[in-house]
Order: sequence, then structure tokens, then C-alpha cells
Amino acid sequence: MMVKPKHQRLALGLAALAAILGASGLAMSAFKDQAAFFYAPGDIAGKPLPLNRNVRLGGMVEKGSVKHGADGVSIRFIVTDGKAKVPVAFRGVTPDLFREGSGVVAEGQFQPDGSFVADNILAKHDERYMPPQIEGKMHKTDSLKP
Amino acid sequence: MIAEGGLAALWIAAAMALVQLVLGGSAAKSGADELMRATRKIAIVQGLLALIAFLMLIWLFVRSDMSVLLVATNSHSAKPLIYKIAGAWGNHEGSMLLWVTVLGVAGAGVAVFERRLDGKTLAATLAAQAVLALGFYAFLLLASNPFLRLDPAAPDGQGLNPLLQDPGLAFHPPTLYFGYVGLSVAFSFAVGALLTGQVGPAFARAMRPWVLIAWFFLTIGITAGSYWAYYELGWGGWWFWDPVENASLMPWLAATALLHSVTVLATRDGLRAWTLMLAVVAFSMSMIGTFLVRSGILVSVHAFAVDPTRGTFILALLAIYIGGALALFGWRVGTVKQGSTFQLVSREGALVLNNLLLSVILGIVFIGTLYPLVAQAMGQQLSIGAPFFNKAAVPVTIALVVATMAGPMLKWRKDKWAALGGKMLLPLAAAITVVVIMMVVMPGTHIVPLLGLAAAAGLAVASMVPLLGRNLRRTPLHIYGMVISHFGVAVCIAGMASDTAFKQERLSAMRVGETVSVGPFKAKLTEVRPIIGDNWSALEATLSVRRNDGAPFRLQPQQRYFSQPVTTTSEAAISTMVDGQLYTVLGASDGQGRYQLRLWWKPFVTFIWLGGFMIALGGLMAMVGRLRRERRVEEDAE
Repeated sequence: MMVKPKHQRLALGLAALAAILGASGLAMSAFKDQAAFFYAPGDIAGKPLPLNRNVRLGGMVEKGSVKHGADGVSIRFIVTDGKAKVPVAFRGVTPDLFREGSGVVAEGQFQPDGSFVADNILAKHDERYMPPQIEGKMHKTDSLKP
Repeated sequence: MIAEGGLAALWIAAAMALVQLVLGGSAAKSGADELMRATRKIAIVQGLLALIAFLMLIWLFVRSDMSVLLVATNSHSAKPLIYKIAGAWGNHEGSMLLWVTVLGVAGAGVAVFERRLDGKTLAATLAAQAVLALGFYAFLLLASNPFLRLDPAAPDGQGLNPLLQDPGLAFHPPTLYFGYVGLSVAFSFAVGALLTGQVGPAFARAMRPWVLIAWFFLTIGITAGSYWAYYELGWGGWWFWDPVENASLMPWLAATALLHSVTVLATRDGLRAWTLMLAVVAFSMSMIGTFLVRSGILVSVHAFAVDPTRGTFILALLAIYIGGALALFGWRVGTVKQGSTFQLVSREGALVLNNLLLSVILGIVFIGTLYPLVAQAMGQQLSIGAPFFNKAAVPVTIALVVATMAGPMLKWRKDKWAALGGKMLLPLAAAITVVVIMMVVMPGTHIVPLLGLAAAAGLAVASMVPLLGRNLRRTPLHIYGMVISHFGVAVCIAGMASDTAFKQERLSAMRVGETVSVGPFKAKLTEVRPIIGDNWSALEATLSVRRNDGAPFRLQPQQRYFSQPVTTTSEAAISTMVDGQLYTVLGASDGQGRYQLRLWWKPFVTFIWLGGFMIALGGLMAMVGRLRRERRVEEDAE
């Protein structure tokens, strides 16, 4: 049984199409669950919280807000963008450049009470490096002078 | 004068590339021998000039010539020699010069070694290589001149990012670039073949070694990069789905598909148009990768601050080359004659499946990497991280592993389901055994690592099947290459799955004298003291660790402070054992005598990189084996 070239091309084309559709389907479903949207505290103040999904929260670590837990590895701090504040809890080693009054991006989930539990605090590896996401948000809020 | 010499060499090289384009173009049209020979020679001269320019830059860095802007901003006279040399490519301009150098030298390599390709196609290939080179010379000379002078000279340099001061990283970018830019040869071959219409087994055999060598370097580069990120960033992870990592993974996926499809073309004269397309896509991915890294538009640990005109320049180059190649493909593909067809149940059928699945994974990584940029342009801010890629790519990868198991068992042309089924029994049994054992020993293991372990076991067994019934001494080297590469994939997946399923983590704040346990280990913090290095100072913790009741050994993780530029880095201390690694990181002090310490026990995590190197080694063996074999065939024919 020899296949005609034309038919084989058609079959391959269909297979490729199916593969593309499959890939898009997988990507879409994964995307719906997993794409992490970025919020500044002011974005969600007074709005329904995006619960049960991974998001990123960015802003400044409020001066004087960092509290170390008794176990030595948990911390609590407040992220602010000048319009609103969100309390954040995190357990782990904070990145080298994490300090009060400087920019931070926390990855994690909002809690029903409006606080935020971070799984990860994004590391800034370079003092010149500023996540563009933060930069954009910062420019919008004039009240924040570093 | 060195800087001026380097700049002059670059300008002349660019002029040579222009000559190469004109000569190669007319040689491709007329097929005249003198033109052909001249094109080859010009290509060699062009490669040498680029190499000279690059060596000049290294020399400037070694001498710490602070009257050169690039040296002053990226080096420091107090740096160890190796990092002075590596500093030459640890920055934007230098790395682009390295890129062009590899491009030129690869073109020269084609001119010197390529004897199998027909004359016209070779001339067209060299002309295409010259077009690529011209664009990047323009980029260097007009927008990223590495030899710019600084007047007056700086008293001393600003130093190299301390994260980059690491022996592994000194050689990581060149290795990746050999891979990235090596794929330019495949791209130029495809463009040449599209222009002359000469696509067939001979073309595929000529292209194959170039694809294999580029793929070899890419594989080594990615593996080494992964290990570097693992021990240097101190997060205990080995793959972050960071956009810059994805930028290196995308050309690798395309090149992997290409080296399989080129085999179908060489052996069975099938997949002609598809192979050309993949060659175009593979180098396009390399260029997109360069654009992503070098334009600074990504949020990434690798993000370099670069001015936007450069991003625009590279983007324009990308549009011209990729758009041009695709347009050429659309215009000329009709002249490429239909190759032979194939049966579904056959080696080539499995290789088509391999190509299809690799393309799907490539598509997923591509979308996941670039979508955030598109979204940002449309005013929405989001990031796509590991969970997305794991969820979307893992199922396809598992299917790909099954195809990898079956492929080498199938005969070319035509095979039977029943024969395949018989050979698959043993690997399937191995996979099922692993699943059963895991269900009993560790119920509740997550499905992804469970599937990973099963796939690894199945593939490890299946990869050996092609050796069954062969005389092992007379088995050709390229078969061993395939077996080792496929076995390496199994080893690599086993490492990933094992680390995901079995790793244990302990995070605690400890005083000197206290002990914590993780996995089978007990670690006692015996001392924390300051120490001084070449161009850094550090806080170093000393841990005395025992495994069960074995002899104690020491681990000394550090927090390092660099003054040029001011940066802190965590230096993880890692103990490697046969069955895994103990990974320790020193965190901050709480100011009351307690230090944060993070410990991981990572069983068999080393398999990830061991497997990566086996995959690369297999590629090298396949290349050497094929070349030797073809030479023997040629000698027999004479």
C-alpha cells in the first residue's frame, strides 16, 4: 500500500494542525490557571481580591514595617504604593537586596482577609535592576518619592 | 593603538563580507570555478579578521587598558586574570563581537572544510552567511562599538558583576554562542539550497555535521548554565523557566528536531521542505534569543540594562533575516521537488512524530516566553512562570519520551506494530515496575515526578535495545552516539524527577552550637566568621555535618560582599555524594546571634547534568562517526 504524496501531505498537514491546536489548548488551559498577574496595592484596594491563584504583588517595603518572627525565618512586612497597603507574610531567606524603603516583588496568593502570603520574594541581583513592572506602577503614583 | 587596530580589522572584515556576498552571489549564478575559489578565500579572510578583532579586545582587557570605555566600565585592574579575559565577553559589546567572530569563523570553516556540497549551492551558502555577517557588523560598528575610547582614561575600572565572576560562567556564554551561531551555517545552507533547488541526501549529509556540532555546543551550554544557576544563585533550583533560559532552550528544541529530520532526509530523501524550514527556524530562534537577552526588554536575572536603540536595531535585523528567509522559503519551496513518502509505522514515521512533538514544545515555550511582552505592549502586566510551562510542556514531553523509546526500534521504510509491541514489552515493564514500587514506598507522590521516573526507567531500557543482537565491536560509532544520547535523556529526566519527588528542605535560624537535621544528615553550626578574598569580603558559616552515624565533614556557605560594584551574593556550599547533593545556604543574621540557614538534601540531582553531558557526548560521537564513515565510503569509491 503506497501512499500518494498528495494524500500524505494532507495527512501531515492535518497532523500538524492537530498538534498546533493541541498545543494551543494546553497552553490556554495552563495559562488560565497559571499566568501570574501583577498588582500594586492600589490596584486592588476596595475591589474583589483575586483569590486562589498565583499573582505578583509589587511596591515598596514600608519603612519600619518589617517584623521578624520568633523562629528567625518568618517575616512580616507591609507593601505600599502610596495609595494602599497590603500586609505580607513570608517564610524563607529574603533576597540580598531586600530592605525597608526599597522596591519588592512578592509572588504568592491573596488571603480572604486581604493579606498576602508570599512563596517567593523576587531577588534583585543588581542595584541598577528594577523590574519594569514596578517602574511602570511607580511612575503612576507621584506621592511616592524614594 | 590596539583598540584602533581592532576597529580597523572589524571594518575590513565588514568590507570582506560585502565582497563575499557579491562574489558568492555571482558564483552561485554562473558556477565559474575562479569565482568559487575567490569566494572561499574571502570567507576565510573575513573569519580571520573578525577573530583578530576579538583577540585585540581580549588583549585590551588583559592589559586593563582603562582608556577604552568598555574595559573601564566592565573590568578592574585588581581582578584575577581569568575574569579579565572573561570580562571581554561579559558585557553587551564584547558578547556581540564574540557573536560576529563565531559567525565569521563558522563561515570560514564552511569554506575550508565543505567539499561535498555542489559548487553553486556552496557559493549561495557563503553569500547567505555574508548577508548575516553584514547585518551584525553594522550593528557592532554603528550601535555597539567595543573599541570606543575614553578620554581622559579612567583611573581604574568599575568591575565586573560579581555574579559573573565564576569559572563556570566564564565559559558558559562562548559555549552557547558556538551553538547559537553554529546554527547560522544550517540557516545559510537552507537559504543556499532554496536558491539552487538542490535538496537531497547529499545536501543532508553535508549539513548534518554542522547541525550536530552546533547542537553539541548548545547542549553543553544549557547544561552548564543550568548548573551555574543552581549553585550560584543559591535558590536550589536547576531550571527557572526564566526568559533567558528559554531563549537558549528554543534553538535547542528546533536544532534537536532538525538533527532528526536531517537524518530522514539523508537516509530516505524525505522531509525535504520541512528540513529547510527547521533550519531557518532554528537560527531564527537563536537570533530571537539574542534579541531577548540583548535588548534588555525582559524581566530576568540576566536582564542587562541596554539602551533601546540597540533593541530596535536587533529587532530590525531579526525582521529582515527571518522575514527574508521565510519569504524566500514561500517563494522557492515550490521548486524543491517532493521527496519520498513514508509509512506511519517506520523509523521515519517515528521521527516525524518526534519533530511534531518537539515543535509543539517549542511552540509552548515560545508563547510562554513572548506572551508577557505582547500583553505588556497591550497594557496588561502579567508574568508566566514555571507552573505554566510545567503544566503545558510536561504531558507533551512524556509523549516525546514514548516516541524516543519506539523510534530506534523501528526499521526504516516499513515495520509492523506487532514487532514494535514485542520490543516495547521490556521497557514498559520497567516503567510499570517503577510506578508500582513508588506507589508502595511513597504513596501520594505527585503525578508529574511519578511519570518522570517511569518515563526515565522505560527510556533507559529502551535506549539499549538498538544494541541487542549487534556485534558490539562492529557497531558503528554513530549508533553508540544515539544510544548514549537517548540514555542521557533518561538519566536527565530521572534526576529531575528524583529531585522533585524526594528532595527535603530545612529552613531555620541557628545559633552557633545548634544542630538541625535534614534527610539523613545532622548539621551542627560550629562557627560564623568574617573572611577576606581577592576582591570581596564574606561572612562564612562552618557546618559540621554527619550522615547517619558516618564521619563528620565540613560545609562552609558564605555571604559575599563585593565593593566593585557593591553587591552581595550567596555562595552555596554543596557536598556531592554518589546518591545526591547536600546543598547549604547562609542567609541573613537577625542581629541577635542567630543566622538563617537553608539546607536541602537532593537525591540524585546530579543526574540532571550528568544526563545533559551524556546527551551532548552522544551528539559528538554521532558527528565523528558519520564523518569517519563517509570518508571511508569515499575512499572505497576511489
